[in-house]
Amino acid sequence: MEDLAHINEICAQFDCDPANLIAIMQEIQAADKYLSEQALTRVAENLHIGTAKVYSVATFYENFSLEPKGKHVIKVCAGTACHVRRSQPIYDAVHDYLGLAGRKKTSADGLFTLETVACLGACGLAPVMTVDGEVHAKMTPEAALALLEEIRAKEERAV
Amino acid sequence: MIETKLTRESFHVFQANARNALKQSEQVPAVLICAGTGCIAGGAMKIYENIKAECERRGLAVYVGLKHDTDEEKSLHVKMSGCHGFCEMGPLVHIEPMGVMYIHVTPEDCHEILERTVLGGEIIDRLVYHLDGVAYPRQADIPFYKKQHRVVLENCGSSDAEDIEEYIAKGGYAAFEKALFEMTGEEICKNITDSGLRGRGGGGFPAGRKWEGARKQTSAQKYVVCNGDEGDPGAFMDRSIMEGNPHSVLEGMMIAGLAVGSDTGYIYVRAEYPLAVNRLRTAIAKAEAFGLLGDHIMGSDFSFRIRVNRGAGAFVCGEGSALTASIEGSRGMPRVKPPRTIEHGLWAEPTVLNNVETFANVPLIIRNGVEWYRSIGTRTSPGTKAFALTGNVVNTGLIEVPMGTTIREVVFDIGGGIRNGKKFKAVQIGGPSGGATTASKEHLDLPLDFDSLKSIGAMIGSGGLVVMDEDTCMVETARFFMEFTQKESCGKCVPCREGTKRMLEILDRIIANKGTLEDLDLLEELADTITHTALCGLGQSACKPVQSTLKYFRDEYLHHVVDHHCPICNREKPHPTIDADKCKGCGKCRKNCPMEAISGTVKQPHTIDPERCVNCGACVASCPFGAITAAKEG
Repeated sequence: MEDLAHINEICAQFDCDPANLIAIMQEIQAADKYLSEQALTRVAENLHIGTAKVYSVATFYENFSLEPKGKHVIKVCAGTACHVRRSQPIYDAVHDYLGLAGRKKTSADGLFTLETVACLGACGLAPVMTVDGEVHAKMTPEAALALLEEIRAKEERAV
Repeated sequence: MIETKLTRESFHVFQANARNALKQSEQVPAVLICAGTGCIAGGAMKIYENIKAECERRGLAVYVGLKHDTDEEKSLHVKMSGCHGFCEMGPLVHIEPMGVMYIHVTPEDCHEILERTVLGGEIIDRLVYHLDGVAYPRQADIPFYKKQHRVVLENCGSSDAEDIEEYIAKGGYAAFEKALFEMTGEEICKNITDSGLRGRGGGGFPAGRKWEGARKQTSAQKYVVCNGDEGDPGAFMDRSIMEGNPHSVLEGMMIAGLAVGSDTGYIYVRAEYPLAVNRLRTAIAKAEAFGLLGDHIMGSDFSFRIRVNRGAGAFVCGEGSALTASIEGSRGMPRVKPPRTIEHGLWAEPTVLNNVETFANVPLIIRNGVEWYRSIGTRTSPGTKAFALTGNVVNTGLIEVPMGTTIREVVFDIGGGIRNGKKFKAVQIGGPSGGATTASKEHLDLPLDFDSLKSIGAMIGSGGLVVMDEDTCMVETARFFMEFTQKESCGKCVPCREGTKRMLEILDRIIANKGTLEDLDLLEELADTITHTALCGLGQSACKPVQSTLKYFRDEYLHHVVDHHCPICNREKPHPTIDADKCKGCGKCRKNCPMEAISGTVKQPHTIDPERCVNCGACVASCPFGAITAAKEG
C-alpha cells in the first residue's frame, strides 16, 4: 500500500470540492508522475463522489496518465506547423532509439516516455519537442537523439 | 511604488504618477528581451541574465519597473517583454530609444550589445535583420512589421508583462474605471454592439449581442468566462496575449462583468501554456493588491474576482459548453443547444463566454471609442485580427493586421513569401475547423474577414494561417487534420465519433494509392452528413478541410485514386549518396547514422536506404574520404 498522505493534503488544499477535481488530479500527477488506482480511489472518498466519476474524468483528458511514466517525458509536437516542417521523422527516430514498439511508450529502462502533443503553440520554432517541459526549438532527428544521449549519459554518471 | 487599495481618486493620482514615470523612463536607454515562449526556448532567459550580469560588472544600476523621481540616478532599463511576434528570428532583443532590433541573439553577444550599442550608440551589423541585401536595424522598418497594424498586440512587445504600473501608465484600467463610474451595463453593451466587435474565437458572433443577451437574464448569479483553450494546432495568438499583456484580458473581463452584472470570472487556459498561466496568476495577484479586483472595487459597489483554470488536454474543451463542463470538474463534453450559454452556461447560470483576443479588444473600444474602432478593418468585420503565420513561409510569427487585409499581403508582404524559393500552393485557415484557399488570384486577393472566408468554405477560426508550398500534398494535409479531429472527438455523438473514423480510413486508403473514385463520393457524402448532424460546432466543422481540398484540389485526389501515383507523396525523398568508388567501407557512416539507414560490410562500399534516411547529414560529416555527397536542398 503506497503512502497516500499527500493525496489527502492535495484534496484539502482544494477544499475537497468536486469542482476542483481536474486541478486536484493535475497536482497529484505532478507529484507522482501518474494517477494510481489507490490515489484515484482516495480522491473519490475525499470528495464524496463515485470512483466512476473520478475515473471518467481521468480517462477523458489526454494529460492524465494511469500508468507510471518514465523519468523523463519527451513530447514531440505533432501540430500543423511542426508536421509541415517534418516532425514525424523526429518522432520516428526517438521511437526507434528507445526501442519502442506497439502501444509501449516507455523505454525498458524506465528512463524515457515518448508522447506526442497536439500543439505547443511554439509554431514559429517548428519542429519542436519538449523534454520534461523544456522546449527545444527547430529540432532534427539528429539533434533529438544527441539530446537523449546527453540525458542518458548524465543519468549513468549519477548512478 | 506602494501597493494600496485604490479608490477612484487615488487611481487618478497613481495613473498620473505612472505616466510621469513612464515619460522619464523613456529618456533612459532600455534593453528589452523578448520573453515569449518562442524566445525563451531559444535561450532568452540566459540573455536576460547575461545582460544583467554585464551591467553589474560595470557598476551600472539597472531599473526594475518604471523610473520615479525618488529613484537614484540609474542609467539603464533591462526588462523582459511579451512576444514581439517575429519568432522565426528569435531570440529577439530590442534597444530603446534607438528602436533597434537584434535577431538570433546568443548569450555571448550580450557583452558586445551593451558595450557597442547601448553605451556606444553603434549598430552591430551581424545582429541586424537583413533582407535581399538590405539591412533593417530599426524594428519599425522591417517589412514584417511595416504592413502590420498592432493594436491588441501593441503592448506585447514593448511592455514588461508583469508590471501593472506600466500597464496603467499606458492607459490600462482607464477603460474599466470609465465603465465603472460613468456607464451603465446597458451602455457598455450598446458600445460593444455599436463597435461591431465579433468574437475572435471562430464563428465571429457579435460580442455585444451576446453580452446584451446575458445582461437581460434575471438570474442573481452570472459568470464571465474567458476561453484561453487555444486548441487549433498552428495557432498561438491567445497565448501571446495572455503572456505578453495579461492585464488587458483581465480588464476586458471586468468590463464584461460590469456590463452583465457578474461578480466572478474564469479563465480557462490550455495545459500546454504554463507561462500564460503564471503570467495571468501574477497579474491577478497584482490587480488584487491594488484593489482593482476583489470586493468594492475602487470604493464602488462592484465586486469581481477572477480564477484561472488549467485545461488537461482536450481539444473539444474549446467548445463553449464543453469548456464550462470542464470548469465544473467534469468530462469536457458539449451538450445540445439551446439553451445557449448566455442563458444556461457555467453552473447552469447565464454566462458570457468570449475568447482571449475578444476580451483584449474591449478596453481599447471603451477607451478610444466606437468611431475609432470602426475606422479599422471592414464594415462588417471592424478592428484588427491577430494571426499565427506558420508553415512553409519565410517569416513565421505572430502578426496583427486590420480585418480585410488580403491573403496576398499576409503571405508575401508580411510573410516574405515561400521558403527556399518554392511555389506557393495553399493556406489552411482556421486549423482543423477551417478550409484551404488556393493560389488563384481570386483567393489571394480575398480579404481576410469573417464573411469573405465563409463564402469560400473556410473560416477565420481562431486565426491560424498555415502556409503550404508546392511540395505539400493536400490529400495528406486533409488526412492530417482528419486524424487530429478523429483523435480529439469526444465520442458523445455518433456522427463525429464514427464518421470521422470512417473518413480517416478512406483517406488512409487514398494516400496508400488504394482508393477508388467511389471513395471520393463517399467522403463527400460522409462529410455532408457529419456537418449536418454532429452535436457541436467542432464536429460540424470537422470535415471542412476535406470538403475544401476536394473542391479546390480535386486533381490531387485524382492522382491518388486514378493514377495511383502522387507526384508529391511518391517522389523520391532527397538523401545523401555514397560514391562507391571513393567509399573504403570503413563503416563510420553506418555507426553515425541515427536511423540505421546505412548498410554494408567492412571494406565494401556502403549504401543508404532512402526509406529510412531522414536526410540529417550525419553521414556526410562523418565520412573521412569525402565519399558521401549531401542531398540537394529539397
